Amino acid sequence: MSSGSGRLPVIVTIILAIMLTVMPLPGWAEPFRPDWVALTLIYWAMMLPRTWSVGTAWIIGIVIDVAQGTILGQHALALCFIVFVTVRFHLLMRVFPMQQLTATVFAILTLYQFILFWINGVAGIEVALVNYWGPVITGTLFWPVVMTLLSGVRMRVQHSR
Amino acid sequence: MVASRADNSNPARIPALGVRLVALLILSIILMVLDHRQNHLDTVRKAIGAAVYPLQVIVDAPFRLWAWVQEGTTSRNELQLELGRLKAERLLTNARLQRMTALEAENARLRDLLDARTQVRDEARVAEIMAVDANPYRHSIVLDIGQGEGAYDGQAIVDAAGVIGQIIEAGVATSQAMLISDPSHSLPVEVNRSGLRTIANGTGDFGRLDLPFITNNADIRPGDLLVTSGLGGTFPAGYPVAIVETVVRIPQEPFADVTARPAALLDQVREVMLIWKEEQPGEQELPDE
Repeated sequence: MSSGSGRLPVIVTIILAIMLTVMPLPGWAEPFRPDWVALTLIYWAMMLPRTWSVGTAWIIGIVIDVAQGTILGQHALALCFIVFVTVRFHLLMRVFPMQQLTATVFAILTLYQFILFWINGVAGIEVALVNYWGPVITGTLFWPVVMTLLSGVRMRVQHSR
Repeated sequence: MVASRADNSNPARIPALGVRLVALLILSIILMVLDHRQNHLDTVRKAIGAAVYPLQVIVDAPFRLWAWVQEGTTSRNELQLELGRLKAERLLTNARLQRMTALEAENARLRDLLDARTQVRDEARVAEIMAVDANPYRHSIVLDIGQGEGAYDGQAIVDAAGVIGQIIEAGVATSQAMLISDPSHSLPVEVNRSGLRTIANGTGDFGRLDLPFITNNADIRPGDLLVTSGLGGTFPAGYPVAIVETVVRIPQEPFADVTARPAALLDQVREVMLIWKEEQPGEQELPDE
């Protein structure tokens, strides 16, 4: 997408995802917050990999690290990596039927949480395991919804041009 | 699935993707090492934090609006009820405050007798917790006061009932604070009744603190109030922290199993107080050896 007009809606969806990430939830629901940013970036990396790729993921990751006070670079590295995997397989993923795509997203989200887990482990930060599994499960469940919404955004952008 | 024309025109691999990935991964790792091991990146963090601030304000806005609407639409009846309650509370507090003045004077006199420096009163200021979730791996909160208003790293935070936590990162307009219930938080406390000094560790549970270093024969029992001892230098002395809940003495173990319930409702407060310490309390004078 070489024209600048198509970028704004994507940026808006990413900002919305960041806002959902920092929005407060009641304590019991906290570990089950889906990884909105990861889901959004997976979608855009799959559909428009030439514009939204590892560079975007890295910058967004740094923003999340600062907003949440995690180690600077932790989410950047993890997002960068999963977006790389997504871009690598984007042609394949586009033709997957929904169930298979959801299973792939599950695997990618697991990889994402594993990287976060690994970095926390190296840094000596102890975290309850549910904080890793919760987002993977809810993220997978929410994927079809996220995908439908973002497809709507994408169609509208392409039709308006 | 329809792919965009521009994107699909050439299904070949995205150029230099692997190179970019490797470069960014190395950059991340360098950042993490600098950040975690040496804390060199405070200024970078603050700069990006200032950029994120509008986002936090936007997320916080609906909650503020809701509180404002609620305030605006409470009925006259409810307001009167609340007014009555507040008046009664004020009376009670005032009565207690009178005794407090007398006690403070007495305390100063006794301290004079003991030749100890008088304790300077701490300065405090109310901060609001922004409706923004911080670190998902920690018990932490975001406050609407930053370095601009004089907040600093390590500053103590209390509410009306007791200690809440301390600031771990004072940003430009907001700051991040760690709660005392965070698993990596420890706090020097003493038992108000017996003066027994110990450490209270967070457990990751808002309603429980652990006291791991209490010997089996120590003078402590359920219901005892724990207050800050002021020994760590971060927290001023004398603020209530928690109430001892269970004491399990196991004969063959060196330490008893003691848990306490935080005095402050860590997961329910909206307004907290930041405390500026003016002087170290007199207890810190070491005896000559």
